[in-house]
Amino acid sequence: MVETGHFALVLAFALSLVQTIVPLFGARLDNQRLMAVGGPVAVTGFALTALSFVALASAYANSDFSVASVWENSHSLQPMIYKITGTWGNHEGSMLLWVLILTFFGALVAAFGSNLPATLRANVLAVQGAIGAAFFLFILATSNPFIRLNPAPIEGRDLNPVLQDLGLAIHPPLLYLGYVGFSICFSFSVAALIEGRIDASWARWVRPWTLVAWMFLTGGIAMGSYWAYYELGWGGFWFWDPVENASFMPWLAGTALLHSAIVMEKRSALKIWTLLLAILTFSLSLLGTFLVRSGVLTSVHAFATDPARGVFILCILTLFIGGSLALFALRASRLTAGGLFHPISREGALVLNNLFLTTATATVLVGTLYPLALEALTGDKISVGAPFFDLTFGPLMLPLLVLVPFGPLLAWKRGDVIAASQRLMAAFATALAAMLVTGLFIDGASVFAALGIGLAVWLVAGALTDLAVKSGVGSVAPSVMLRRFAGLPRSVFGTALAHLGLGLTLLGIVATLSFGTEKILTMRAGETVELSGHTLRFVGLYPAQGPNYSEDRGRFELIGVSGSPVGEISSAKRFYPVRQTTTTESGIKTLGLSQLYISLGDEAKDGSVVVRLWWKPLVTLIWGGGLVMMAGAAMSLMDRRLRVGAPSRRRKQASAEAPAVLP
Amino acid sequence: MTRKQKRLSVIVGGLAFLGAATGLTFYALGQKASYFYMPADLTTASVQPGQRIRLGGLVEKGTIQRGQGATVAFSVTDTHKSVKVTYTGILPDLFREEQGVITEGSFGPGGVFVADSVLAKHDERYMPKEVADGLKAKGVWQESKSE
Repeated sequence: MVETGHFALVLAFALSLVQTIVPLFGARLDNQRLMAVGGPVAVTGFALTALSFVALASAYANSDFSVASVWENSHSLQPMIYKITGTWGNHEGSMLLWVLILTFFGALVAAFGSNLPATLRANVLAVQGAIGAAFFLFILATSNPFIRLNPAPIEGRDLNPVLQDLGLAIHPPLLYLGYVGFSICFSFSVAALIEGRIDASWARWVRPWTLVAWMFLTGGIAMGSYWAYYELGWGGFWFWDPVENASFMPWLAGTALLHSAIVMEKRSALKIWTLLLAILTFSLSLLGTFLVRSGVLTSVHAFATDPARGVFILCILTLFIGGSLALFALRASRLTAGGLFHPISREGALVLNNLFLTTATATVLVGTLYPLALEALTGDKISVGAPFFDLTFGPLMLPLLVLVPFGPLLAWKRGDVIAASQRLMAAFATALAAMLVTGLFIDGASVFAALGIGLAVWLVAGALTDLAVKSGVGSVAPSVMLRRFAGLPRSVFGTALAHLGLGLTLLGIVATLSFGTEKILTMRAGETVELSGHTLRFVGLYPAQGPNYSEDRGRFELIGVSGSPVGEISSAKRFYPVRQTTTTESGIKTLGLSQLYISLGDEAKDGSVVVRLWWKPLVTLIWGGGLVMMAGAAMSLMDRRLRVGAPSRRRKQASAEAPAVLP
Repeated sequence: MTRKQKRLSVIVGGLAFLGAATGLTFYALGQKASYFYMPADLTTASVQPGQRIRLGGLVEKGTIQRGQGATVAFSVTDTHKSVKVTYTGILPDLFREEQGVITEGSFGPGGVFVADSVLAKHDERYMPKEVADGLKAKGVWQESKSE
């Protein structure tokens, strides 16, 4: 099975070369038969990569320690779920997952792209094939997951205990679906540059792909944040760690792309800019892959450092980013710019959004790369952390967040700010009230807290206002209103949900940072502690045995008003003997939207235990907001005009629209 | 305003915005980035009390002292010099004697480094990169080839 997987991987590499070269020449020579090769090859390539992945996964599931990667990252006593997720809990396997998703998206284009112009489809598949070829070569040359060991060891060396968590089953696949999803937008952009024209089908295709990629990336980042929050035991949800920034930059650029693609689709303006953004977004995804996979940064994600890998990915990075930007420089002038519009309009608002988001992306990029550049140039080692981003990213985001509710209420072409402001009066009043209540009635509320809560409420109320205005609240009879509400385009709900989610995330962040409390103390069994109105009793430490670890579980009781226990929280110190590693399992109790968080420290000689407690008000909203944003993207995807899999209708539409929009 | 003036004002506005963002970024890099030092570097570098830095090295053997509550004191050494560090909180799981560690904080008035965060390795295989590089540069530690 392992050799089958290895062979399938080599074959997939060969096919990716075919996928790159043949359709590209077919498009140049205008040869239908050559161009038609792309589709079946892409689908076969995906099938082979999937076979290869299944082979590796089964080696992991069966604890086949004759495979080096399995030996290094698995153990026969691990629960089955971690054996399987361990497939991508290491460098080699995670790269295989990366190409699996890449070929999956390529196969989707092949399967659903029958209504695309033949040359565009051929070029897109060729670019997608080229990315695949580069990464297949990378895997085969430097990170082959199928290398055998002879003699085969009896027992494996265990998966990094930090990764033995359900989070590993969710976070990397979601994140990669996001990262790699942007490759489709990239391929479409490069294909458009090769052809020298952007037509209507280009616009219609790029937006749903951006939505899909953005949706998964949002989920991946939110899941990663929650995982770090409960697994690392520090109670933080975002550390401005370079590895986090690596995923955050494509998200910011992708958010900008999402918005500029709307302008392009609806008004066929901002074409060149959207194309550039699509290239930049995937470039940032590649940069993220490089930062995380090359070992330039030390983190849980850097499984092993091997200079050859770093250099190889750097070459891929240079080739694709440099190549696409060079192509852009050569060809962009050939593309016709779109229609003009008034600065105060929906388009204008979306341009402003892009200005803020791309600038914010740039500050994150500088903050992430500057320490690396400085070390390479002068040898000085610096770290750029939260204080830097608070001072740069924060001020850039504030005005953008204030402006968000206005955007959807402005008309296309020429908007009316005064009318939009009038419609937002209720939302503004709500936000102001929230601000005043926070500032005046909550003890210890800072100005920052009041403003932050006000801003979050403003976003939420603004999103609701948008829906209310569009369904005609206050101007039509309730029955008409309901009908209108139900009949609103799905994309309107999508926008409102995404902006609502943003508000909820902000609310969670501000509430946790401003009103969260923390205590560090030593406790003995039987002692109680009080934190923000919650009384906890430390019951004691209980040793326990897991499948591949032993633990000391500290049990705590949550004491209710009556004095009797109403709930239990436990936090543990786990020891994994194979890797000689200790981890902390935090204890979390969700109360409404808030959480009590307990982290267990060392046991002192006198039997007392260091305990760190946090009260995190509304903290679940941080990730809940992310889920709402994902729901927004899903809702937009269900919009009629974007629905994938309705080719007959779309073909009709395309033939009706094409002459009007073609440049 | 004519169309030309309008376009000009949009461009000027955009550039001013970018300029402000660039200025802010460089100001923040100058002010908010924290430098990494090893104990022996501190004799030559002028680090003011209160200035945020990161201090890395090995946890010196026999120096870990538990104080009141959750306060811990230990020394960070690069085998040439060592610096006393205090920290209140839960130490990372892989914090041990003679293991690589990075602490972040600033020097208090008494010359003791008051850390507000302590980072150790992520697992048993790796040492923080800065510490490994620093120790290699000082010829104290070689990367084991057993991996």
